[in-house]
Amino acid sequence: MYQAIVFLPLIGFLIAGLFGRVLGPRPSEIVTTAFLFIAALLAWITFFRVGIGGADTRVQLMHWIYVGDLKIDWALRIDTMTSIMLIVVTSVSSLVHLYSIGYMHEDPSRQRFFAYLSLFTFAMLMLVTADNLVQLFFGWEGVGLASYLLIGFWYEKPSANAAAMKAFVVNRVGDFGFMLGIFAVFVMTGAVNFDTVFAQAPGLAGKTIPFLGHHWDAPTVIAVLLFIGAMGKSAQFLLHTWLPDAMEGPTPVSALIHAATMVTAGVFMVARMSPIFELSRSALDLITIVGATTAMFAATVALVQNDIKKVIAYSTCSQLGYMFVAMGSGAYSIGMFHLLTHAFFKALLFLGAGSVIHAMHHEQDMRHMGGLYKKIPFTYGAMMIGTLAITGFPFLAGYYSKDAIIEAAYASHSHFSVYAYWMTVLAAALTSFYSWRLVFLTFHGQPHDHHHYDHAHESPLVMTIPLAVLSVGAVFGGIAFYNLFVGHDVESFFRHSIFMASDNHILHAMHEVPGWAAYLPTGMMVAGFAVAYWFYVVDRTVPVALAKSQDALYQFLLNKWYFDEIYNFLFVRPALWIGRTLWKKGDGMLIDGLGPNGISARVLDVTGQVVRLQTGYLYHYAFVMLVGVAALITWFMFAGV
Amino acid sequence: MPSVLPPLGAVLPELLLALSAIVLVLIGAFQGEKSANLVNGLAIAALVAAGVLVLLQPAITVVGFHGSMLVDPFSRFMKAVSLLGAAVSLIMSVDWLGRAQQARFEYAVLVVLSSLGICILISAGDLIALYLGLELMSLSLYVMASINRDSVRSTEAGLKYFVLGSLSSGMLLYGSSLLYGFTGTVNFAEIAKVATAPTNGLVFGIVFVFAGLCFKVSAVPFHMWTPDVYEGAPTPVTAFFATAPKVAAMAVFVRVAIEALPHVTHSWQQIVAFVSIASMVLGAFAAIGQRNIKRLLAYSSIGHMGFALVGLAAATPQGVRGVLVYMAIYVVMTLGSFTCVLAMRRGGRPVETVDDLAGLARTRPLMALVLAALMFSLAGIPPLAGFLAKYYVFLAAIQAGLYGLAVIGVVASVVGAYYYLRVVKIMYFDEPAEAFDGMPGELKAVLGVSGLFTIFYFVYPAPLIEAAGAAARALF
Repeated sequence: MYQAIVFLPLIGFLIAGLFGRVLGPRPSEIVTTAFLFIAALLAWITFFRVGIGGADTRVQLMHWIYVGDLKIDWALRIDTMTSIMLIVVTSVSSLVHLYSIGYMHEDPSRQRFFAYLSLFTFAMLMLVTADNLVQLFFGWEGVGLASYLLIGFWYEKPSANAAAMKAFVVNRVGDFGFMLGIFAVFVMTGAVNFDTVFAQAPGLAGKTIPFLGHHWDAPTVIAVLLFIGAMGKSAQFLLHTWLPDAMEGPTPVSALIHAATMVTAGVFMVARMSPIFELSRSALDLITIVGATTAMFAATVALVQNDIKKVIAYSTCSQLGYMFVAMGSGAYSIGMFHLLTHAFFKALLFLGAGSVIHAMHHEQDMRHMGGLYKKIPFTYGAMMIGTLAITGFPFLAGYYSKDAIIEAAYASHSHFSVYAYWMTVLAAALTSFYSWRLVFLTFHGQPHDHHHYDHAHESPLVMTIPLAVLSVGAVFGGIAFYNLFVGHDVESFFRHSIFMASDNHILHAMHEVPGWAAYLPTGMMVAGFAVAYWFYVVDRTVPVALAKSQDALYQFLLNKWYFDEIYNFLFVRPALWIGRTLWKKGDGMLIDGLGPNGISARVLDVTGQVVRLQTGYLYHYAFVMLVGVAALITWFMFAGV
Repeated sequence: MPSVLPPLGAVLPELLLALSAIVLVLIGAFQGEKSANLVNGLAIAALVAAGVLVLLQPAITVVGFHGSMLVDPFSRFMKAVSLLGAAVSLIMSVDWLGRAQQARFEYAVLVVLSSLGICILISAGDLIALYLGLELMSLSLYVMASINRDSVRSTEAGLKYFVLGSLSSGMLLYGSSLLYGFTGTVNFAEIAKVATAPTNGLVFGIVFVFAGLCFKVSAVPFHMWTPDVYEGAPTPVTAFFATAPKVAAMAVFVRVAIEALPHVTHSWQQIVAFVSIASMVLGAFAAIGQRNIKRLLAYSSIGHMGFALVGLAAATPQGVRGVLVYMAIYVVMTLGSFTCVLAMRRGGRPVETVDDLAGLARTRPLMALVLAALMFSLAGIPPLAGFLAKYYVFLAAIQAGLYGLAVIGVVASVVGAYYYLRVVKIMYFDEPAEAFDGMPGELKAVLGVSGLFTIFYFVYPAPLIEAAGAAARALF
């Protein structure tokens, strides 16, 4: 059964990828989607059997690499962590497959799209079922590849190609850290499979890694390096720049990869490696700072973006920051909880946005929308549910998971708990504001583009069904799983799949936070809603005037804190300059000039001279012969016989 | 009573060739021009028969005519290779002779006479026999070069070859007289006994004798005639020039160096090394500038002689074995290449530039494939025969400590690879030119055998290596 979950998407990919042209688009769509739904069904069975029932297991597939001390198996690790990720990945993926049948119905290379989607799902499943770090890395790179292919799916668009490359390159930075982390784990424990590493983890405390004359604390080095990998994949502050650009890909891709699954791989990895992270307070502090900063930073940028997908992308970035705050606070289960609920409501928001874009004939600028709730009421309803869920409206999914994170931040013993708390609280207000802004700009007010507005139409059933299913998740996802992730059942639910040090009492402490701290996020949510309502429903001149009066701040936010410009100046242009110099001067002039081209040019010169010797005159020929003899005689006369 | 007759059994092939030449001349004289085909056929039969006789001779050394004639495994090997080249080049000329204006029975007779000279040259045991064989061979060649006497280019080629050949013969004779003067004998074995230390006179004699021999193998700087004569002479004649006489000249070069001058190796090694390097380098560089395929093959043969001389410079049994293997493989590859040149005819007229081969892969894929294999082999690319040929001479040079020579040789062969590969590139990647005329059956056969040998030689190289090894040991 577990093999079927992992390999059905791979088979779907092979069928659609290899025979898609022969089969045609419709069979490819049906095969891949059907396989995914089967996998999703099996995943839910697994969740209840393993997560709730406690039937942890390990499925050995084969020996993978056996070199000296390095022994790596290919095995599926099925425990609670895996089962959570399995339902997230397969549920969202199957719904996105179904949704894409409608969304992509005009695209001539749909087979390729579905093949890539299934490939991504396979790689993501490899990642979450990994039994060791190398297998995890395989899935990690696999989803990176699929993400690259899907962002650049419309490869005739230069911006899509640039975005695909950017995603790939920025992820390389993180992956480099991740690889070093894996190497460090192997150096310190002599193994990469989780069981051995975790068994040896307590022994790492106090050990050091000598580097550049310093002795660095081993758990901290490993944890920080691994976290750098997570930062790249999960688009955390400083390595976030690729995620907004990744919106160049088709919207179902954004929903699946860049909201629900791949970007949460970093969160999953930190939770999975919790036995190591628990050993280093410094590393957890770093995670807290980066997470809180990302949550706040991305929320500020989302305030002023006009592209509907960019707003949701920055929202994703911000929510990932929340998850890392939970991780940094030691509340791994709560981070996983937010990962789960976020997957549902964020996929819902993206697919809803896709439905809007579909209705508006690929118009993405919210300034050109407005008043759409009359035209596409079902989408409007779904988006409302998603927005209520993400802003933390009571009893919806986000209310449970996000508020739990904020409470955990308050209760944590981290040195930065105050910073984390206030950042996440403020970000909650901003989240509420930009989410409602999106809804008001898109669905309320007067239509701005009458041509598109008049032709707007509700999406077909294959697109609305996924919205409905995800809406159910967004409404009930929090209340249904609260006890398993936050409440009394955490220990019996997660068992050994996450590790919390004996002095980590965060799950108890967070229930004892003062009342004001617990209710503040809800108040912030209301405040954000009120401001948004005032700005975009009551009086639309206010935000315009505000933007004018605070132009510097507005430009700063609109240009995303100028990160792209700074990176362009610091890294991209120097790299291009170095590349161009090495290419033109180093390779072109020096190596080619002195090497192949230079030598061949000299050869031709010599040839020209030699050929000119052959004059055709008899006396020249005779002369050359005599000169030859004379030269030999002379040689022997002077050099001796 | 001792026999007054010399031991004629050992020289049966030569006798056969001499008698054949006389009979063929008579047939031609009585029957006139129309006998050309008959004479040609009989000449081929005679050459083949002589070759069979050579191969049937016992593997022992026979000294006849008071030391003038040496029949040993070495001479048998070289004679067999030469006669093969001569016979095949005559087979290749059947079609050419069939055309009215070239129908001359003298051509076949001259080939037979030249082959007789070649056999005498290879078997020469002293300087007199050497000169006798050399001149018999060369005089025939001079006439053959200008056999197409209505063509300006052909007559010019013949004249140039004659004048320069005479000059080289003069040098050879002068060198021989110096050798005789300083050793008191013309016999190789006797010279070897006397010439135990290099003196100025002896070394000068060696220089002049070697200059004459270098002219015949067309080694730099005595090569200048080669491109002009190759280009000017009719193609079957060029094919003959490039094979049998080269083998004979190389054979006598090796024999003089190893048998007559074993104690002054250090001296003549310098000459051979210089000539070898000069030939390899010039052959590689000059061929790049050629557009005419025959001139290209001329420079190619200059380069190949340089590579073969690397083996001689080693002055060891392995080196000589390398030379012999090299010459055998060279003959086969060259015959195949010239078959292709002969097949380059459009509308009954021969075309000769490299560009005429454009797109041959599409018009005549099989011919292009074999020619490509031959070009790869000439360039020395593994695992083709040409690679093994180079491998053996370079191996010998390395074992003899001549690292510089081996390195220069490899570099030269890399440079040289360019023009061979360019031919392949033109055949396979350029836009097709007009297709060539059909290929006569005998050319197809020669090309096929040559191609198969070149491609598959590496599968079973032992017989040739062992025969060459036995031949080389006979000299030491």
